Amino acid sequence: MSLVIDSVAKKFERFPALKGVSLTVPKGCFMALLGPSGSGKTTLLRILGGLEFADLGHINFDGLDWLALPARERRAGFVFQQYALFRHMTVARNIAFGLNIRPRRTRPSRAEIARRVEELLALVQLDGLGKRYPSQLSGGQRQRVALARALAIEPRMLLLDEPFGALDAKVRKDLRHWLRGLHERLGLTTIFVTHDQDEALELADLVAVMNQGRIEQVATPSELRGAPASPFVADFLGQEPAGPGVVPLRTGSRSSPGPRGGESSFQAR
Amino acid sequence: MSLAATAVPPPRIRSRSALPGFGLAMGFTLFYLGLIVLIPLAALIIRPWSLGFSGFWAEITAPRVLAALRLSFGASAVAAAVNSVFGFIVAWVLVRYRFPGKRLIDALVDLPFALPTAVAGIALSALYAGNGWIGRPLGHLGIKIAYTPYGVIVALIFIGLPFVVRTLQPVLADLNRDSEEAAATLGATRFQTFRRVILPMLAPTLLTGTAMAFARAVGEYGSVIFIAGNLPMVSEITPLLIIIKLQEYDYAGAAAVGVVMLAVSFIFLLALNALQAWAASRR
Amino acid sequence: MTGRPRAATEDHPLVKFALCAIAIGFIALFLVMPLATVFSEALAQGWRMAFDALAEPDALAAIRLTLIVAAIAVPCNMVFGLAASWAIAKFDFRGKNLLITLIDIPFSVSPVVAGLVYVLIFGLQGWLGQWLRDHDIKIVFALPGIVLATIFVTFPFVARELIPLMADQGRDEEEAAVSLGASGWSTFFRVTLPNVKWALLYGVLLCNARAMGEFGAVSVVSGHIRGLTNTMPLHVEVLYNDYQYVGAFAVASVLALLALVTLALKSLLEWQFAGEIAASHHH
Repeated sequence: MSLVIDSVAKKFERFPALKGVSLTVPKGCFMALLGPSGSGKTTLLRILGGLEFADLGHINFDGLDWLALPARERRAGFVFQQYALFRHMTVARNIAFGLNIRPRRTRPSRAEIARRVEELLALVQLDGLGKRYPSQLSGGQRQRVALARALAIEPRMLLLDEPFGALDAKVRKDLRHWLRGLHERLGLTTIFVTHDQDEALELADLVAVMNQGRIEQVATPSELRGAPASPFVADFLGQEPAGPGVVPLRTGSRSSPGPRGGESSFQAR
Repeated sequence: MSLAATAVPPPRIRSRSALPGFGLAMGFTLFYLGLIVLIPLAALIIRPWSLGFSGFWAEITAPRVLAALRLSFGASAVAAAVNSVFGFIVAWVLVRYRFPGKRLIDALVDLPFALPTAVAGIALSALYAGNGWIGRPLGHLGIKIAYTPYGVIVALIFIGLPFVVRTLQPVLADLNRDSEEAAATLGATRFQTFRRVILPMLAPTLLTGTAMAFARAVGEYGSVIFIAGNLPMVSEITPLLIIIKLQEYDYAGAAAVGVVMLAVSFIFLLALNALQAWAASRR
Repeated sequence: MTGRPRAATEDHPLVKFALCAIAIGFIALFLVMPLATVFSEALAQGWRMAFDALAEPDALAAIRLTLIVAAIAVPCNMVFGLAASWAIAKFDFRGKNLLITLIDIPFSVSPVVAGLVYVLIFGLQGWLGQWLRDHDIKIVFALPGIVLATIFVTFPFVARELIPLMADQGRDEEEAAVSLGASGWSTFFRVTLPNVKWALLYGVLLCNARAMGEFGAVSVVSGHIRGLTNTMPLHVEVLYNDYQYVGAFAVASVLALLALVTLALKSLLEWQFAGEIAASHHH
């Protein structure tokens, strides 16, 4: 019942973005893909969303051949880094979009859609803002609209691309806690991409550290802090000045580089 | 008194600048603009009132004038509508697809801007005449284009196409692909994405380009008169009527029709500015 | 193709093919065929006939007049464009948007109306008609009228290319030059002008093409005197109406070649110096 990514590879022109990535995401897990830009994390997320295609490899989700499904049949709730809200639609119509476009047979009634929109607005704490346009919202509010829009289609999983990337520091902190809480309520398998290790370590159940198209290590935040599996992981986690409660890793980890790929119990193979 | 004066500086025409030359450049700009454009246009606006209001009204509601206005506006509207569809397709293909000869097609789109209107006029006329490349096969089908109001429409399609294409192209190229991808992940088919996401986002721009094509078509003269046939009440466009009135030394009558056309231009100019503001807010 | 699914923002291959076919077909029908007709008709009776038609005295006079008119009108509008863009782009003042709109007016006015305004002022029954007659000054039905009408219709070309670009470039460099002790003129010639040279050339190119090809406005003020006040487009009209098709299309071919050269240079400028030409390429 989990998401199994098996040896997925992808090249852009000559540039290999993913070099055979394997990863298992347990059902209901909140998983972070952490890495510097160009490490392939966003490409992997877009492949999961059906927006990019793997050259090689398989992905199985809930017994479905995930890669064979076109984007629109996957029901993977995708939240874009810049939100990609439809500017010409109100917040309510944005959220209702995924329902409104269904064929008549499966489309909920107007009243039902309106009720769902109200519910979702309440869920993302934007009650009463349904009639506004995206341009009239703050960055944090837009982010939550994008999330509500993705949730409206009752997604099988939630994919978030740098969910806090475009927000300022204060809003970022608040949203983080809120998103973690939301995940606990919904229990959806959620994968988010970030280059900020604080964010990954604070939020995720599991962190996959990526570098140059490979997964360096998959581990829980505490495992990762305690035993970085490779010099890269140690270096990447130590890059920024450690905040309170984060153990500085640079010195300790250099001396004991683990095998590539790590030995986390969550690693598929 | 002096305190108040320093506290609230008098409104300036411009704020101070370290750069020289404002007076000279602005002076010349206003002088030249006034001499070439504003004073002559003022002369036009004043002229027909020598007839008095009722005379002016009688002039512009004469059956021949009304017929010409109807043809000019009707044919321009049809041509603009045709261009909004095909211009959209051309812009879409040029921005989104790759195919051999694309650069050539792209450059050719500007041909109606560059080709003198009289040249376009005689070429279209020869093409659609009974013995022309297009006119002959159409003639066998019993369709007459040249020397009918349809000829006017054909010429106005020619003249208006680049307005739609060139207005859409940069906006289409800048269009955020995220929105299309978002629609796909939410379950939309490609057609639904086009109809509900792409088209509404481009609507103000498409409307702007179409309005520009329409405005240009209403005033167009050179490319139309050769193919139109110029039958009074049937295929006589408004600009031609002005020329005919001038040739009859009916200056006031010509000015009256000219004022109507000028008023239409101004209304369109204002509408286009509003449209462009709307289009910018969508970007 | 190994059955790989299409990207979310990619159209079905059949849709692509159909749209490309429609776009190319539309361009071929409405743009390429008229252009081909011009050359085909000109050469209908061989090269000799076409060249003879061009070597005719009236044709040569028309070519000469067209060159003279462009040689006066284009530099006038170039100087205006530089002055207006300097004032508008490098300084802040009230009513800037109004001024920009006013400069754009000639684009939205019918060319026939552009000719009309000058006849109303300088024509025999115009405001200054009697006075001009008394002093034996000819403006309408003579070179000055043709030049004025041409200046009117090509009025915004240069200004419109320069204003957005110069506004984009800001005034930092000019302020730096002034702070280093440069005078206003040397700032303009050494700093501003080199920064906008390609856009200026672009504007001049379009201005020139329109100046040489203008028909409607010039038609109103020219009087169609063969060998004297006929520009090339007017000469085309006269020959065409005289059923001298080879001659009409021969002169039209020269104008069409001019248009093609303009398009080629324009495309070249756009590809080579895209960044140094303002974003707005439509008019």
